[in-house]
Parts: sequence; C-alpha cells; structure tokens
Amino acid sequence: MKNEFSLLDEPEITARELPEYSYVNLRINGQSHQLKLQPWVSLLDALREYAGLTGTKKGCDHGQCGACTVLVNGKRINSCLTLAVMKDGDDITTIEGIADGEVAHPLQTAFIEHDAFQCGYCTPGQICSAIGLFNEGKAHTLEDVQELMSGNICRCGAYNNINSAIMEVKNKMDHA
Amino acid sequence: MHSFSYNRVGEVAEAVTDLNEHSNAKFIAGGTNLLDLMKENVEHPEHLTDINRLSLSTIEQTEDGVRLGALATNADTAYLELIESQYPLLSKAILAGASPQLRNMATNGGNLFQRTRCYYFYDTATACNKREPGSGCSAINGINRIHAILGTSEQCIATHPSDMCVALAALDAKVNVTGSDGDRTIAFEDFHRLPGDTPHLDNNIRNGELVTSIDLPTNNFTKNVFYLKLRDRQSYAFALVSVAAALELDGNIIKDIRLALGGVAHKPWRSKEAEAQMVGKEATHENFLTMAEHILADAKGFGHNDFKIELAKRAIVRAFSEALKAE
Repeated sequence: MKNEFSLLDEPEITARELPEYSYVNLRINGQSHQLKLQPWVSLLDALREYAGLTGTKKGCDHGQCGACTVLVNGKRINSCLTLAVMKDGDDITTIEGIADGEVAHPLQTAFIEHDAFQCGYCTPGQICSAIGLFNEGKAHTLEDVQELMSGNICRCGAYNNINSAIMEVKNKMDHA
Repeated sequence: MHSFSYNRVGEVAEAVTDLNEHSNAKFIAGGTNLLDLMKENVEHPEHLTDINRLSLSTIEQTEDGVRLGALATNADTAYLELIESQYPLLSKAILAGASPQLRNMATNGGNLFQRTRCYYFYDTATACNKREPGSGCSAINGINRIHAILGTSEQCIATHPSDMCVALAALDAKVNVTGSDGDRTIAFEDFHRLPGDTPHLDNNIRNGELVTSIDLPTNNFTKNVFYLKLRDRQSYAFALVSVAAALELDGNIIKDIRLALGGVAHKPWRSKEAEAQMVGKEATHENFLTMAEHILADAKGFGHNDFKIELAKRAIVRAFSEALKAE
C-alpha cells in the first residue's frame, strides 16, 4: 500500500538492455592488447584500469589539464575525451613506451636535468605532449613552445623549467 | 558516464540509418565536447553512432573554392598549406581555439555543434532554458560576465563558443548536410540560431541530418586579415570577445570587407549592412570606429558583461588596424 511518502516507494525499474562488451584491439607501446570493454570506457580508463598502464594520469577528466595526453598514431590527444572503442586498431604511445629499453627518452633526461617538475603528476602528459609537439614541427621559438604547450597545465607552476627542458631537446634535434 | 549503446559505421547512408533507428541517438566524431557534456550529465544519449571511419576527411580545391571534409581535424585544416595561403583567417581562428591536443581530435563538422560554455548550462543543479526548456535562465540575473550582448532573448543569453565558426561566418561558408530526406546546403548565417523562444535549439539542422562538408567560396582575403581573440588568459581559454576581420583594399580604399564577432551572441555575429556601408570608404581608424559603433548600437549588457560592449568596439578597431599592418 502506498503511503504519503511517495519518495520512499520502491522505484519502478524500467529494464533497458545494457550494451554488450566488445573486444577492442589496441597496439599500446608496440604491444597488441585485446581489451574487453563497454562502450563508455574512455581511452584513459582503458589504459589505466584495463591495460594496467598507470603512467598516464587522470587530472580533470574533462580535457582541460592535459595530464592524460597520449599519442594516437603519433598525434597527441587527451585520452580522457575519447572512447577506447573509437580507437580500435590504433597505435597508442604512453609514457611507458617512450624510452629506448633502459635508455631514457631525451625529454625524460632533460626534465630531470632541468628539474621540470615538482609533484610530477602532470609530467607524463607534459612529455607525451612535447613529443607530439616535435612530431607536428610547428614550434620554432620559445613563444611557439609556450603557446603550443598550453594544453598542459602544471599546478606547481614549473613552466619555466618545463620550457627550458623542451627547448634544450628541441635545439639538440634542430642541430643534429 | 551513463550507459549507452555504440555502433561504428562505414558509410554515410549507414550513419543516417543507424542514427534514425535508435531513439535519443547522437553522432560522435572527435567527441571532445559531447563526451565532456556526457560526463557532466548535460547530454545523455542512449546510442552513439561513431562516424569517424566515414570517408569525409578530405580537403580539396573545387571549381569555386575549397571543400572542407566534415571529418578533417581542426589541426589538419589549420595547418594545410592550401588553407594557410588562401584562407588565412580560417587558419588563425582555428589556432586561436582550444589546445593542440583538442585540435588534433576535434573535427570541422563537430566544431559547428559545440554547445555553449554558459556555466549554468553546465551546472545541472541550476535552471537553464537551453538544457531544460521552461526551467528559466539563471544567467540573466546571475553571474553573466561571459554572456551575450547581442541578439539575446528573455529566455537565454548564452554565447556560441567556437572560434572557427566566427571565421566561417565571415567567409560566407556553406554547410552541406545529408539526411533521410536527401541532401541540402545551408548558408552559414542560417546554420546557427538566435535563442528567441527556443534556446534549446542551437542550429537549424533537422533531426538525423549529418554534416558532410563545409564549402568556402573563393575570395581575395588572403593578405589583410586578422583574428583577434580577447580572453582572461592568453591561451587555451574561450573568447570574451573575438573579431574576424578581413579587408580587400585598392590603395587605401576598401573594396570588400568582412567582419564577424565571437563571444557576443548565440551565434557568430555578422552585419552585412555595416560591411556594405564601408565599401568605397577609406580604411581609417575613424571609419572603423563608426562601423563598430553601428554594430554595437543595439548591444545590451546584463551587469557583469556590460564591459563587453566597449571591449567589442575597441576590438573591432584594433583587429582592422592589425589587418592593415599585414604584409
């Protein structure tokens, strides 16, 4: 019998068929992964929770901070704003995949040398973003680097050191 | 995020059918705005039709201009030599928006469907006629620093957030769409809507229609162009006021002129009448100021955004003075 507190009534549950899991094939850091995912799993969550690669960080989860930046087919993107299922068959590079075996990537070395972090939470995104920046080839000056790295926020404010680390690697590449 | 079903389609016709076969379905391309709004519980589609694998990412020269594929990314479009050289205003506008990561994801078609960044639209705890028709507008008597000053209604004072669309409006773009009723072409000025009594409708696309490409007609705005974007921080922020300015000059005489404003209305704001009045006149500070006064004559502030009226006038004059400096 219904009482006057209708909010306490058992809610009427309308059954909606839940989407099935699907198999998503991702090539992550050169290794093939087949992940069983529901469609709403973001690429970021797929990397962290399903592939076990927690180097990529979840900051804002809304595309505003850049901590989740990874490379998809060589291009930097925010992995929080894409669904893993949309990337089926794609090549993903995360921070775990940029070193050459035991030899750190030049940006990793430069970030250490320039003390380009404090808490380090934004660092994987900063480094993946800088690799994407180099791939794009549109940054020629420090001002270009500042503008084209603006999608990566560092709440510790290590920007000066991040910029000098990136500029050092860029200058070495330009003169190689 | 809520649960939904998903289908990746391979053909345009299949995309339209898939969308129409599901209730409350949406197309997803870059997803940069849609997925954000889904996480915020503002959008809750029950089905997503993934159109990313459709062959719509070509950018090609046509007989009378350039055709931008709906699925070409904003980054690929802005950096394409053809666009940089023939439509520099478009390149500049695209690069003024978002971040490099987002521009690598966001598509040209998707850019047209960006929803407002009004904080009340995003905050599901507040009233918003755009999100929930009839619930009221929290911005009109609330915090409205980022809101519209032109073309507003008593129902909604939200602004359109795109930079790319401001350039497309100035450049007389046309939007090609396809749907279950066939293909049609929409002039850019008719694509987006003013809020009026239907602020929940951002544009005039009919349910189930898919944008396939955007056409840019040939023009001579290759030199004296400028995109000025004024915002609270210098990069990676939405415009308070933006100006797409383009001039075709004969000496110092204006042969042709285009001006569109962003951040001031529910759609990119353009006054063809104000442009027509400038043709044949000298490209002087005074004439640009007169034009600016004319365009902002009916502007209305709502308190916190009153400053935008003067800011827009000064931005117009500055954008044209920068456009004149272009080599």
